[in-house]
Amino acid sequence: MDLATETQDDLLIVRAMEDRIDAAGAIQFKEQMRSICQNPQSRVMLDLSRVAFLDSSGLGAVVAVMKLLGPGRRLELAALTPTVAKVFRLTRMDTVFTIHDSVPNGFPSAV
Amino acid sequence: MAFPAPSDTPYATGTGAVFQITSTPLAVRRALREVLDHSIMSGLSKDARGTAELVLAEALNNIVEHAYGTDDGQIELQLHQTGSRLSCDVFDAGMPMPEGELPAGLAQIIGEHDDLPEGGFGWYLIRTLTEDLTYRRIDARNHLSFKLNIEQ
Repeated sequence: MDLATETQDDLLIVRAMEDRIDAAGAIQFKEQMRSICQNPQSRVMLDLSRVAFLDSSGLGAVVAVMKLLGPGRRLELAALTPTVAKVFRLTRMDTVFTIHDSVPNGFPSAV
Repeated sequence: MAFPAPSDTPYATGTGAVFQITSTPLAVRRALREVLDHSIMSGLSKDARGTAELVLAEALNNIVEHAYGTDDGQIELQLHQTGSRLSCDVFDAGMPMPEGELPAGLAQIIGEHDDLPEGGFGWYLIRTLTEDLTYRRIDARNHLSFKLNIEQ
């Protein structure tokens, strides 16, 4: 799982560079996020603009990352593609995360 | 002029496709790509393709994780399109479902932070997105059957 990071003051933006977070990659995604989240920024935003597909294992991994941030930090999500947004909506996990339409200015847009 | 369907195929009309999949997460990922690239999926809207990929991923990964677990195994996926429905039949020779029945797949209770669910979404998604969902155990094989509305 290839993840790119950028910091903006107290915001850590993590962009998933692969087109899927699925059962074959969920554990690796979670472990890499665990390492990235050692950074001290209080807000972590996961940019999902390149992720066309996320299954229940991927959803579970995103929830696990939210939990490992601890109670004082929140995981925010940005730029969900239609199928990914559908998974969050159907499972009502869209009520748990702050979801942004796009990442804040400064991060180059996805090609 | 239409040829009669061979007697050992369950379908007489429409178009169909059969996929053989090894029971590993990476083989499932590859198979999903093959399925989505197949001509049987070519008429589907983007939304219907996304739903089909999600439901098939959940059904196949459930077999990899629970029916076969660490054992080697084969999965057969049969697709058949008739009108606005894509019929999906999934066969494996792994362990039967617990109690011989499909999991209830109820919506997860969403608690506060530490109580947030990390699993149990799969059957809820399958039940929500399919029609005519059935499970049968016949001759030491599991047969999961469901239909997808592809006219979304």
